[in-house]
Amino acid sequence: MKLIVNGETLEIAHIETLQDLLRKLEIRPERVAVEINLSIIKKADYPAFRLNEGDRVEIVNFIGGG
Amino acid sequence: MDDKLIIGGIEFRSRLWVGTGKYKDFEETRKAVEASGADVVTVAVRRVNITDRKSENLLDYIDPRKYKILPNTAGCYTVEDALRYARLAREAGISDLIKLEVIGDEKTLFPDTWELLKATKILVKEGFIVLPYTNDDPVMAKRLEEAGAGAVMPLGAPIGSGLGIRNPYNIKIILDSVNVPVIVDAGVGTASDATIAMELGCDAVLINTGIACAKDPIAMAEAMKHAVVAGRFAYRAGRIPKKLYATASSSIEGML
Repeated sequence: MKLIVNGETLEIAHIETLQDLLRKLEIRPERVAVEINLSIIKKADYPAFRLNEGDRVEIVNFIGGG
Repeated sequence: MDDKLIIGGIEFRSRLWVGTGKYKDFEETRKAVEASGADVVTVAVRRVNITDRKSENLLDYIDPRKYKILPNTAGCYTVEDALRYARLAREAGISDLIKLEVIGDEKTLFPDTWELLKATKILVKEGFIVLPYTNDDPVMAKRLEEAGAGAVMPLGAPIGSGLGIRNPYNIKIILDSVNVPVIVDAGVGTASDATIAMELGCDAVLINTGIACAKDPIAMAEAMKHAVVAGRFAYRAGRIPKKLYATASSSIEGML
């Protein structure tokens, strides 16, 4: 499946849900927030949220800031 | 002495709040935060590095069970962007606290207070505890309070400038004008700047660059801790009025 993740086009095989994607990218869900096509997805919905070809995915976390 | 700082129902232990930007590495951040005695740390919201998953996470060093994490909307120049970052921050974090920044100018990083007020109103409606970073403008501070801000965060001077409290009289007027806590954010360069803010009656001070970019950030963190405590104590103790001429400390009674 082709996705745009954090601005980069990725071709990722064998994934269906948002939870699959995070697992594939080795990202712990508890410390991130995810936006798909500009809508924020609640953490509880990650396992059920089905991704579609061409989805724009943004995965953010906290970094140092003032 | 019973001297609690409460914002949006949350009780804060320290009146020094610290940022986590500009440190050499996470280990230095951790040590400085610890030395500062702060229980509030600010963070920014940015994309996860998806190509290098071995890169470490700030929260591995700053334990969210120990510190209150205050996300900011730094780098946002429009209401839409600020709302987007605030909502993402809430989803990534554990609380409704947001340090709201809507910047109006790249060179000074002064806030765009017109847009800031609009964003504050929207986020308050969504249940956020909004702490807006604003100018040292008493009228705008009042407007932000009316919009439901949990506290107001006037700048002492431009972000990262280290110029100190450039307009203590306006800060004083803000303190007289609003009932919500007033937290000086930005401009504090050294310990005496933090003390001045606290002596004016501010409820807390937020410092990032002043600590992170000092020659010895960990020592400066400790200096700032003492400065904030000293300023708060002096404020509560009540300073003497300033006079032009001397009054003797030693009685002249009993002199030969």
